Amino acid sequence: MSDHTEKNVDEVTGVETTGHNWDGIEELNNPMPRWWLWTLYATIVWGIAYTIAFPAWPLISGATTGVLGWSTRADVAREIESHDAQNGALVEQLLAAEMDRLPEDPELLRYAVARGGAVFKAQCSQCHGSGAAGFKGYPNLLDDDWLWGGSMDEITFTVRHGIRNDIDDEARYSEMPAFGELLEKEQIRAAAEYVYSLSNDDAEPELAASGQELFAEQCAACHGDTGRGDREQGAPNLADAIWLYGGDRETLIQTITYSRFGIMPAWGQRLIEADVRAVSAYVHGLGGGE
Amino acid sequence: MTQTTPPPLYAAQEPVFPRKVSGKFRRLKWWIMLVTLGIYYLMPWIRWDRGPNLPDQAVLLDMAGRRFYFFWIEIWPHEFYFVAGLLVMAGLGLFLFTSALGRVWCGYTCPQTVWTDLFILVERWVEGDRNARVRLWKAKWDFHKWRLRLTKWAIWLGIAMATGGAWVFYFTDAPTLARDLLRFDAHPIAYATIAVLTATTFIFGGFLREQVCIYMCPWPRIQAAMMDPDTITVAYRGWRGEPRGKHRKAAQAADAAPRGDCIDCMACVNVCPMGIDIRDGQQMECITCALCIDACDDVMDKIGKPRGLIDYLALSDEPAERAGAAPKPVWKHILRPRTLFYTALWSLVGIGLIYALFMRSDIELAVSPLRNPTYVTLSDGSIRNIYDVRMRNKHAEARVFRLSVTAETGVQLQLEGHEEGRSILVPADKTFMQRVYVTAPRLDPAATLARSDIRIWVEDTATGTRASQATTFNGKAE
Repeated sequence: MSDHTEKNVDEVTGVETTGHNWDGIEELNNPMPRWWLWTLYATIVWGIAYTIAFPAWPLISGATTGVLGWSTRADVAREIESHDAQNGALVEQLLAAEMDRLPEDPELLRYAVARGGAVFKAQCSQCHGSGAAGFKGYPNLLDDDWLWGGSMDEITFTVRHGIRNDIDDEARYSEMPAFGELLEKEQIRAAAEYVYSLSNDDAEPELAASGQELFAEQCAACHGDTGRGDREQGAPNLADAIWLYGGDRETLIQTITYSRFGIMPAWGQRLIEADVRAVSAYVHGLGGGE
Repeated sequence: MTQTTPPPLYAAQEPVFPRKVSGKFRRLKWWIMLVTLGIYYLMPWIRWDRGPNLPDQAVLLDMAGRRFYFFWIEIWPHEFYFVAGLLVMAGLGLFLFTSALGRVWCGYTCPQTVWTDLFILVERWVEGDRNARVRLWKAKWDFHKWRLRLTKWAIWLGIAMATGGAWVFYFTDAPTLARDLLRFDAHPIAYATIAVLTATTFIFGGFLREQVCIYMCPWPRIQAAMMDPDTITVAYRGWRGEPRGKHRKAAQAADAAPRGDCIDCMACVNVCPMGIDIRDGQQMECITCALCIDACDDVMDKIGKPRGLIDYLALSDEPAERAGAAPKPVWKHILRPRTLFYTALWSLVGIGLIYALFMRSDIELAVSPLRNPTYVTLSDGSIRNIYDVRMRNKHAEARVFRLSVTAETGVQLQLEGHEEGRSILVPADKTFMQRVYVTAPRLDPAATLARSDIRIWVEDTATGTRASQATTFNGKAE
């Protein structure tokens, strides 16, 4: 620099100062290399170019899309497409398979269960829980108790057509009467005591005995003489340790008085066939499959 | 204070033309360069037979297969703590070496130093030593200059490409990749990696050189925090050398002012790859490459003075030597509580890793209880817990593993998807997940206790090797 003639040099370090002086403290001037400055400019140019090339600037609704047209959604769609293409053969096999014989092909079963798990999380967990343990009124799918049958075929049928819905003509259907309109309160209490006695030791014997007569008249047609239920009609086994709504006296009286009417959608109308089959295989593999 | 125009805040790079030097440190640096670059370039080509189905490359980072092979050692992803342990050792090692020997890493083994050294060697071979290079730099761009420059750049580029090329061989089978690269058949990532590393090697080693250390590397700024007055650095014995000056006959006359041993020949400055004057004292730019020691020793020999005017010294040496004490041996500086403490820590981690390495089993299992829900009531009133058991078969062939459970209670184990039998075929060199059900009968203690202890076992039926993991069984607590 030709016009930079007068140099201020710090005596201690021998380094030129910038001439800035704050209360006697001077700033040493150790200049950065010029390439460093150019690098800074290059990053600025890069930064601007980047916002032009890629989605960056917010607009009133949305943002600039960038001239390269890159988008995460498109990337995901592409990835899903490529995975679908990879699994194409397995999907073909799954669609062609007899569901009951699915466990004979471990590789296909693994695929179906993995796919079904994803379907379950998205579509079924709202009612049955993410761990499939169910809630009051929504069956636990992990146990070995099935209202409508636990074989691969029967589970697939239930998933496809649903239960007590008015959308699918083939939906599983049965309806327990609300005995509150048919029986006296005392009679209901007796019937409840009998049902309670089937799986508990502390029932009142006399009340239960009178309830047993009522049960034979009113309930045995569906639930069986010994209360072991009937899958043809979706009538629950009342003698086991599993209760959909609860097995205490109060809940039993409530159930008998007002009846229950659980509904499940017909998933065959909402999901593609491969997903119906996959989620059925997943449910079958949760621990209670027959 | 009057100030006309502010001084420039940016300056052009001052080129450095290190002169050729010979001596014991230069020789040591040649050997280190030979060994480190030799390891880097040749390692991927060493073969190591591991049997069928496994790669035969001695050192391989198989990202897709998630395996790291190092001669007889095979590291799985879940054993990443070995890598973490090695990083901890590298960190402690850096503390140790920095507190003992200062910036010995920078001076001898840093890739930036080693490759710059190699590039300067090429430069000297093509363009000549310091004076010739200074002349060439000042010369006009005629045919002669173009010829030398292009020759030099071409050789540099060759080295840079070999450097980038060697890197990718660590990640896949080297001979296959080399063939694919030559047929332009390799993965684009391989070419991109080679291109990036070629560019950085070429630019950093050929042009940026000392600028990388001064302006890009954080290490010179950090290292001061790890050094103390006993740390060995390269230093100038100013108390012996000053006042510096030419040793002319006239100056040695009786009536002349006394002279130090430094004859101000600038040898130390001319050989310095960082372009500094070590006589100004310890400074951030000094990478302690010790070439100035070699240069000065050479001069001292010629003028018949003792060696060591520039030497490996500690800061604490100065007051002692000024007072007339004899130079303190280097090892007395190195052996002190701080370095011994670092060495002990470093060795402990190392011993721990070696122990872990040899205690690894060929089969392993990991048991994850499924806790959503914590237990399942079955229709007969028995209580079931569900576990995912991951079994690792580290053998090169498939093995049948048998699962079992032990507990003080009457729990039973069953494999998901299997009515009977507790054996499962685990493929070679794979982790295999099997869901198992552990069930306690209705009145069993395990069924009624909130928690009870169980242990799940896996046995390799071919060898009888067993492994186990303890876990918890959740019952239905009333």
